[in-house]
Amino acid sequence: MQPVATTFFFYFLSAVTVISGIAVITRRNPVHSALALIVALLGQAGLYLMLYAPFVAGVQIILYAGGIMVLFLFVIMLVNIERAQKEEQFNKQWIVGIVAALALGVLFVLVYMKGKGLFPQTVAQLPEGENTQGIAMLLYRDYMFAFEIASLLLLVAIIGAVVMAKKRI
Amino acid sequence: MLDYITSYLKSDTTPGQAGNFFWAFVYILLIFLGLSVAVIAMNWLERKILAHMQVRLGPMRVGPHGLLQPIADALKLLIKEDIMPAEADPVVFWIAPLIVVITAFTVFIVVPFGPTHAVTDMNIGVLFMLGVSSLSVLGIVTAGWASNSHYPLIGALRSSAQMVSYEIAMGLAVISAVLMTSLNTDGTGTLSMIGIVQAQQAQQTWFIFKFFPLGLIAFFVFAVAMVAETNRAPFDLPEAESELTAGFHTEYSGFRWSLFFLAEYSAMIAVSSIAVTLWLGGWMRPFPHWLTGETWDLVFSLFPGVTFVLLALITFYSTIRMPKHPYFRVQTIGLAGFGAVLGLIGLLLFVPPVRDRIQDIYWFAVKVAGFMYLYIWYRGTFPRYRFDQLMKVGWKVLLPIGLGVLIVTGILGVVLS
Amino acid sequence: MVPITTLHYLVVAAALFVLGVIGVLTRRNVVIVLMSIELILNAVNLNLVAFSRLYGLHGQIFAIFVITDAAAEAAVGLGILIAFFRNKETVNVDEVDLLKW
Repeated sequence: MQPVATTFFFYFLSAVTVISGIAVITRRNPVHSALALIVALLGQAGLYLMLYAPFVAGVQIILYAGGIMVLFLFVIMLVNIERAQKEEQFNKQWIVGIVAALALGVLFVLVYMKGKGLFPQTVAQLPEGENTQGIAMLLYRDYMFAFEIASLLLLVAIIGAVVMAKKRI
Repeated sequence: MLDYITSYLKSDTTPGQAGNFFWAFVYILLIFLGLSVAVIAMNWLERKILAHMQVRLGPMRVGPHGLLQPIADALKLLIKEDIMPAEADPVVFWIAPLIVVITAFTVFIVVPFGPTHAVTDMNIGVLFMLGVSSLSVLGIVTAGWASNSHYPLIGALRSSAQMVSYEIAMGLAVISAVLMTSLNTDGTGTLSMIGIVQAQQAQQTWFIFKFFPLGLIAFFVFAVAMVAETNRAPFDLPEAESELTAGFHTEYSGFRWSLFFLAEYSAMIAVSSIAVTLWLGGWMRPFPHWLTGETWDLVFSLFPGVTFVLLALITFYSTIRMPKHPYFRVQTIGLAGFGAVLGLIGLLLFVPPVRDRIQDIYWFAVKVAGFMYLYIWYRGTFPRYRFDQLMKVGWKVLLPIGLGVLIVTGILGVVLS
Repeated sequence: MVPITTLHYLVVAAALFVLGVIGVLTRRNVVIVLMSIELILNAVNLNLVAFSRLYGLHGQIFAIFVITDAAAEAAVGLGILIAFFRNKETVNVDEVDLLKW
């Protein structure tokens, strides 16, 4: 089925994502930041759906919003945030940091403006109904080695996290 | 406009795929209504069945056999004072029940009640259901944290650890069912909920009987994990009354508490419908490939009507057995009226056009109702697990079993094709 | 109305990236710094998926790998955070100034 009101949904989801992104870096309370980040992630999952990438959107919801963010909330509740909230939230070089980051953003936009002629005019034919099957074919055939390495990376991360967080091993 | 409405009736897809907003809206409303009625019925049935298991009577005073008890409870909850602890985080405290209830209802847009009876069919249906139902843990964690109290916080930490752990075993069981859908001629499986039931139709078996006993073991892993995922007995540690008063929703009262209640029951129905779709053949009637032919089709299509007429007969029997005292006259008349309504619905379901359309939904609902009864049965019989035992079952028993089933299913699939 | 092209998505991704960088450079709380890193990774993902609309599915595969990476990073980062909090009783990045304690 053809998506409807593409323009409206694009601007709506982008606004949701960017505004919650701003909330993430400005809130004093880390739990509020985490909730804002969840909203940003869900908005981004919507953007993926608009880009005909339903599988990535599903992975985004189940892994990011349902997995990683629960981990974040869990850790925020374990560490004592009462004291951290009363302290200064931004470090001493915050002006330099913001200027540098904004300069980076301007650079990005300039590059995009200059280089947009390089993009192909036609979009690739990606049938939405076969998206999962196509990803499976690529993932388990062409990117088999990378996939195995990713699983090793996860194993290392599990062991590393246990070693770091456990009092006595 | 009328054209737009009627044009969908000729198509053989779900409203979401046909792009028909009117019918999608109608379906959403129907599902919402059906769920609310189911939750109310579940509330009454749970108290009654649990009571009869413990040789008690359960609610008897409000309405005949306590039939109006859930409505009375709902009214009481709505007019109760809504208390917020002074030290609570007001915004998060307000949002948390909303997260839980929205996620619990959102998953139903991909549940297939019949070949065309779903709001929409997604290419990533199962992934969507698991993902969105895993979001409800966020609501529970934030509810526990925002209450700014000890018991809710402990309950929230327990429930997040429990749900995250059991999600893995659940996902592995689901993957082995999805793997079974790829055992066809061209070797491509599907994640779409309707596609999975159609694969079971094409392979002429429910996946619970596929590669016996592999499908059964995968189903068992899922059935255990789904009880843990919905925080029900015997895995109800997050809301263990004797230890944590009420767990994460200790500080909630009135309407917000009822939102948690609503979400818990609709989440139970949601995971049960995943299990029904993946392993028990979704909307398929029993023995669709053994007992074929006109006669059997007719016999099975009479089931919905017979069920309702039976319920009506039971109701009439209880009407006769009501005490003859004038004090009970209103209740007796009410019960008779209720029985008459049930009987009328049953008679309506015998009309051939209605009979054929309602069949898929009926079989789906019956299978889900079986799971609901199991939930009550577990609660009536099993003692609660200790937290370390719970973690041990999740990580050391269910996870290896799930992995083993997945590997053997994959090998068998390659060898047999 | 202007039709939505790839460029629109790239601009949104750039905005998210810049927000993430600002968060990493200015905030003191480690938890929020880690969340800002997640924002940066998400901006990259949005870019990859937007380009996969033009060039085929490979971008989406890469996005999945980035999500895997993010999960590993979050697990290890939060593990370090817990170990750090246990020793120093603080979650501020600029107080991590000892090589050994």
